[in-house]
Amino acid sequence: MSVLIELAVPLILASVGIHALISGTDIFPALCRGAVQGLETLKDMLPTLIVLFPAVYMLRASGALDALSALLAPLMERIGIPAETVPLALLRPVSGGAATAAAADIIKNSGADSLAGRTAAVMIGSSETTFYVIAVYFGAAKIKNTRHAIPAALLADLAVFLTSAWTCALMWG
Amino acid sequence: MLMGLIWTAMIVVSVLFGCLNGTAGEVQQAALEGAQAAIELCIVIGGAVCLWCAVMELMSASGLAEALSHALRPILRRLFPESARHEAVLQPLSANVSANLLGLGNAATPMGIRAAQEMARLAPPGEASNELCRLVVLNTASIQLLPTTVAAIRAAEGAVSPFDILPAVWISSAVSVAVGLAAACAMERRP
Repeated sequence: MSVLIELAVPLILASVGIHALISGTDIFPALCRGAVQGLETLKDMLPTLIVLFPAVYMLRASGALDALSALLAPLMERIGIPAETVPLALLRPVSGGAATAAAADIIKNSGADSLAGRTAAVMIGSSETTFYVIAVYFGAAKIKNTRHAIPAALLADLAVFLTSAWTCALMWG
Repeated sequence: MLMGLIWTAMIVVSVLFGCLNGTAGEVQQAALEGAQAAIELCIVIGGAVCLWCAVMELMSASGLAEALSHALRPILRRLFPESARHEAVLQPLSANVSANLLGLGNAATPMGIRAAQEMARLAPPGEASNELCRLVVLNTASIQLLPTTVAAIRAAEGAVSPFDILPAVWISSAVSVAVGLAAACAMERRP
């Protein structure tokens, strides 16, 4: 399993390439087109990050994040969530950019291979910006009565944060 | 509007805590450091993000994404029995789910929107049907198989094996989809 994960990237590249060769796709232009899309993704991401990183950095420098973590630590420890990841969990459903900034901050300060760093990575890798998705989909479909969609989506978010923390604690704790 | 409120609140709280804790100097420095860190992060993860986008574009060009979307149809027929009777819904719906699995964000959203619009036509105007709620919940819970951006951040911060979090990501994603859909189904029955 661990060998497979270490080789995951080369294996994916190889199998996608071979499949494209067999199906007769014009491979190189497609790759370059995709790389351009990557640059566009970065271009779209960057302004939000530039605006939100200073806010997260200021919260950390002021001691507000530590105070929040210390306040919630006893409760969070009881349910098995690293206290550092609380701000990330609070920001995640509302803003992808702020959550990315918070996650990058935790990964940098606690270490990429620390338990808190891994938990932050798993939390952000297995969740979406819930309210953004809801706004886009219901907005496009002209829905005013969203019924049970929001509570169900937020329950799923809660589940993802708890499961991320528990699986990480189990695997690397 | 909401984001503006959150941003301003974060800044005001930082200033208040900075004054109370005597860390005002650090707060000032952090504002500038944060902006710099944002640019640095984009540069450090930029190569990996572009590489993945390239691979993903190749997946859609070679028909891999479409093959997956066909393979998903039996599952989607169970999850969306009413919508699945209409090809106009099933087609964008399966494309949306397969694009989400492969991490093709650029393709997933337009397909999902089309599926949502077609589903809305099958229900009274302005009201979300049970199946539309399921579709939205499925999209708010991430089902991406390879979380490439966060792996790039981990690699940039010196992770030994940036993708070793994959099993934990898959378990968490699966649990969140299961909980979201179960919650949606449970709340459907209430009038």
